[in-house]
Amino acid sequence: MIQDRGMLQKAAERVSESLINASRKLPAEIEEAILNAEPEGGKSLSVLSAIKENLEIAGRTGLPMCQDTGAFWCLASIGRNSDACIGNIEKVILAGAAEASEKGFFRKSIVSDPVRKRSNTSTNLPAFIFYETTDGDDVELSFLLKGFGSENCSSVRMLNPTAGEDGVVNAVVEMMKAAGGKPCPPVFLGIGIGGTMDRAAFLSKKAFFRSSDDTVLSNRILEAVNELYIGPGGLGGRPTALGVSVLTEPTHIAGLPVAMTVNCWAERKAVVRFRKGEI
Amino acid sequence: MMKSLHLPYAEEELKLINAGDDVLLSGTLYVGRDQVHKRLCEAIDREPPFDFEGNAIYYMGPSPAPPSFVIGAAGPTTSARMDPFSPILLKAGLKVMVGKGPRGPLVREAVKECGGLYLQAYGGCGALYASRIRSSEIIAYPELGPEALLKLEISDFPVVCIIDSRGNLFNG
Repeated sequence: MIQDRGMLQKAAERVSESLINASRKLPAEIEEAILNAEPEGGKSLSVLSAIKENLEIAGRTGLPMCQDTGAFWCLASIGRNSDACIGNIEKVILAGAAEASEKGFFRKSIVSDPVRKRSNTSTNLPAFIFYETTDGDDVELSFLLKGFGSENCSSVRMLNPTAGEDGVVNAVVEMMKAAGGKPCPPVFLGIGIGGTMDRAAFLSKKAFFRSSDDTVLSNRILEAVNELYIGPGGLGGRPTALGVSVLTEPTHIAGLPVAMTVNCWAERKAVVRFRKGEI
Repeated sequence: MMKSLHLPYAEEELKLINAGDDVLLSGTLYVGRDQVHKRLCEAIDREPPFDFEGNAIYYMGPSPAPPSFVIGAAGPTTSARMDPFSPILLKAGLKVMVGKGPRGPLVREAVKECGGLYLQAYGGCGALYASRIRSSEIIAYPELGPEALLKLEISDFPVVCIIDSRGNLFNG
């Protein structure tokens, strides 16, 4: 039992460290996409320069890159042969997130009672946790620090089953048109297709942690969104989006759910993997 | 073209700034977002917590300041959520707004009618803006936590003019 407690504390510390690091430094592939983005028209040059300077200052000073350090979204992928207890996994996620909020000087952005009182929980908890089973015996925790300027632009459409590829591309383009400059472009898009309405929404977030399973579609979407010329900061030109990942699942004969999660240019995420005996 | 605006501003200075201009702000900047807007609108007939005339409001809720820092990350939040309140505040004299993202047609109309400005700060650049803030104090509504009404002293605070005092719009 005591040994168990030490293990869980160590696991929570690993989560906390990864979350704090994620709020200060972008994953290598995201940073690379930003550094390699070619500004074209509008105020794209000055917006991209400001973003690069911001990343440099965040790295140098240890301040979070954005004041909206986000809501904790977490996918716990549990190996079918793992001996981890799901209650312990939850404990590690919550303890790690709470510790990161304090030690990392995260803004407390979560309110209880979403409709009326909206009083701040002062802990950044609860975290929004999803569980799934996978092959193997590891437990992998995938976190998004989900800012809400972009989350407010996320959306779902229930298309006709015959809408096809064009229908999906058009739906995303319409949702991005409505988003305009609000989600801090250039954005990264997670697209979830199939399942039920909520399942598509879930896939649209999981998509940030997996490579696209339909690259034809993700490339078409990327191209079409960049043709909108919303531009960096919404101030015109290109690029509007820097990456699109699509995840698909089977669905019902009568439907074609399409969900889009919008992430701002600061696509902050952390993945922590635990082997047997570590959680 | 890069211009500068010192806050509080003198009326005629606002007319020199055109939609599309890059502007460096300095001086005093008040901070309030969703809940502060609701409260300021309710306080208009009473005594508002700061003088609206000549002043600007920044839509922002900072992250906590680590030791030895004046403020935490301090970038703009989405302006559109303030749209229902802004025309009321513009008409009450709070005419210069700093936020991010597009505004609705009623805000643009009110900016034109009152001769104000809507300026956009670079979204997500919280660490950059923190480095341009010299001091920060809570002047009202501390119970709102990260949403409290703040008074900042700033220098070289980069923004872009989106709606100028004549109602012209920059949209790329």
